[in-house]
Amino acid sequence: MKQLLTFIKKEFHHILRDTRSLLVLLALPIVQLLIFGFAITNEIRNSNIAILDNAKDETTQKIITKIENSKYFDIDRTLTTNNQIEEAFKSGKIKLAVVFQTNFQNVLAHTNKAQVQIIADATDPNQATTLANYANAIIMDYQNDLNETNKPPYTISAEIRMLYNPELKGAYSSVPGVMGMILLLISTMMTSISIVKEKELGTMEILLVSPIKPLMIILSKVVPYFVISLVNIATILLLSVFVLGMPIQGSLFLLIVVTVLYLICALSLGILISTVTESQLAAMLLSLLGLMLPVVMLSGYAFPIANMPVVLQALSNIVPAKWYIILVKSVMIKGLGLSAIWNEVLILTAMTIFFLFVSLKRFKIRLQ
Amino acid sequence: MKAVELKNIVKTYALKKSSVTAVDDVSFSVEEGEIFGLIGPDGAGKTSIFRILTTLLLADKGNAKVLCNDVVKDWKTIRDIVGYMPGRFSLYQDLTVEENLDFFATIFNTTIQENYDLVADIYKQLEPFKTRRAGKLSGGMKQKLALSCALIHKPKILFLDEPTTGVDPVSRKEFWEILKRLKKQGITILVSTPYMDEAKLCDRIALMQKGKIMTIDTPEAIVNQFGKNLYAVHSESMFKLLNDLRSFTKTESCFAFGENHHLTLKEECTTELEKYLLASGHNNATIKKLEPGIEDCFMQLMKK
Repeated sequence: MKQLLTFIKKEFHHILRDTRSLLVLLALPIVQLLIFGFAITNEIRNSNIAILDNAKDETTQKIITKIENSKYFDIDRTLTTNNQIEEAFKSGKIKLAVVFQTNFQNVLAHTNKAQVQIIADATDPNQATTLANYANAIIMDYQNDLNETNKPPYTISAEIRMLYNPELKGAYSSVPGVMGMILLLISTMMTSISIVKEKELGTMEILLVSPIKPLMIILSKVVPYFVISLVNIATILLLSVFVLGMPIQGSLFLLIVVTVLYLICALSLGILISTVTESQLAAMLLSLLGLMLPVVMLSGYAFPIANMPVVLQALSNIVPAKWYIILVKSVMIKGLGLSAIWNEVLILTAMTIFFLFVSLKRFKIRLQ
Repeated sequence: MKAVELKNIVKTYALKKSSVTAVDDVSFSVEEGEIFGLIGPDGAGKTSIFRILTTLLLADKGNAKVLCNDVVKDWKTIRDIVGYMPGRFSLYQDLTVEENLDFFATIFNTTIQENYDLVADIYKQLEPFKTRRAGKLSGGMKQKLALSCALIHKPKILFLDEPTTGVDPVSRKEFWEILKRLKKQGITILVSTPYMDEAKLCDRIALMQKGKIMTIDTPEAIVNQFGKNLYAVHSESMFKLLNDLRSFTKTESCFAFGENHHLTLKEECTTELEKYLLASGHNNATIKKLEPGIEDCFMQLMKK
């Protein structure tokens, strides 16, 4: 026991004396969360839009005024023909175009139905969705105003078109993604690097020729990063609740339990990587390329899994972050309980046991 | 009981296409309480032998025992009782002198206090720097610290892989004095070195070359085996002298050796040689008889 404690103390010395790396470890989650958090969930204000009013009657005028008065939109230009829409988008100055059908007011009055087309530049899908939803909301708002006095109700149907990227899915909240990424990055990469460092510097040679057990070496390597990751979890959760305004709907306890589970999974993956690499650089590259890419690409963090080719969908199942992100979304955003998520919990547990088993099997008691 | 026993050890490393035989059918034994030196240039197989004995590598063939423990079966026992100092400085550079020593004491289930008398000699020299980080020590100091760390658990046998490589001559001398004192405490020491001048400080040595042991004996006996007169030849133009000496018909061997060339002859003919050198244009050539050293023996054995 004293051996283990001294060993852990030694590991903390290594970490604390490398202040620059420590700062990166602690500041990275904050920076990432703020950047991703604000980049994806920020409110869009004063976006330039174009209006093509084919009706030019009282109703369309009212809607246009309402749009203009909102804090979200500034009318950049008024178009006269359909051909100008494409041109306006290509100029890059507008992000959205609103098109009213001809005889809008008359059609609405006689058939109780009229059409507005909302066209968005979906090269930035998240922004496009947000803008289109805002515009739609304003029109619906106007429709509701009208219907207070009108029976049978009028329906203004807004047809939303996403230009350049029709296969658009809604934005995912970034917090689960950042949590999945940061924890994996810090736990896996740092653990693997710190174990491989002993090999590279030759100290592993002395450690092996000593009575200390492999399990003890591994455990002492893992504990410090476990602690640092716990600090990171706390910062991420505090930031997401108080800065990003994202409340924890479900049980905080459950959220922490699944996070610790994921943490252990990430740490054991780090140990596994350390058993297959010989240099710090190799360990870092393997952790970065081998883990970061799948986590970003295949976990459902950046791209919706449902939109992927079947092969990639299948592949995404072996990415632990995918299951963790589902867990965080379920617990944190949807507020679900354990009964709804036991499946994912089981999968993560199985993965952890697998990683631990393989790395203990692979841990070399000799140099070759 | 033999401290170390190797029988027909073979170790090959597989490279991409070929393979290298690092240790080629090596057998020797080390008595308890002696300083045994493995002497040989880089690539002679010294480190591989150390790693096999410290259970870090598995030999392809043969068997080895450390204090009657088999290096394959009883690796756990061996790891408890040996002290190992690898060739490369392998301590934690970002830990202080004291922290390093304390760490290694603890993982060997002991404390600095418990075995202080064993390392006292060395550690006293390090004590003024005990709060300094190991990475900031001088080369000699680093080796002394590494030795302290290898000694702190009172091992029965010490494996020192090139402990004095890259260390200044004064520190090297001090280091060997420390080894002599450790020997008096009954610790068997197996040490390797590429420096031939350190060979005579060992009780027995094995001269190694390309994975093979050329000879094993006490340094005195090896020198006595030389059996030839050795001459140091010097002149103004040393490079030309080497070529001239090598083309002299009665030369057996001639090597550049510091500021002289070391020469052995097939028969005693120094007067003839003097004439030959004069005729070759070496006006101030001197020929002196010399006591052979280990390196001369090494060169002689290498030629065989």
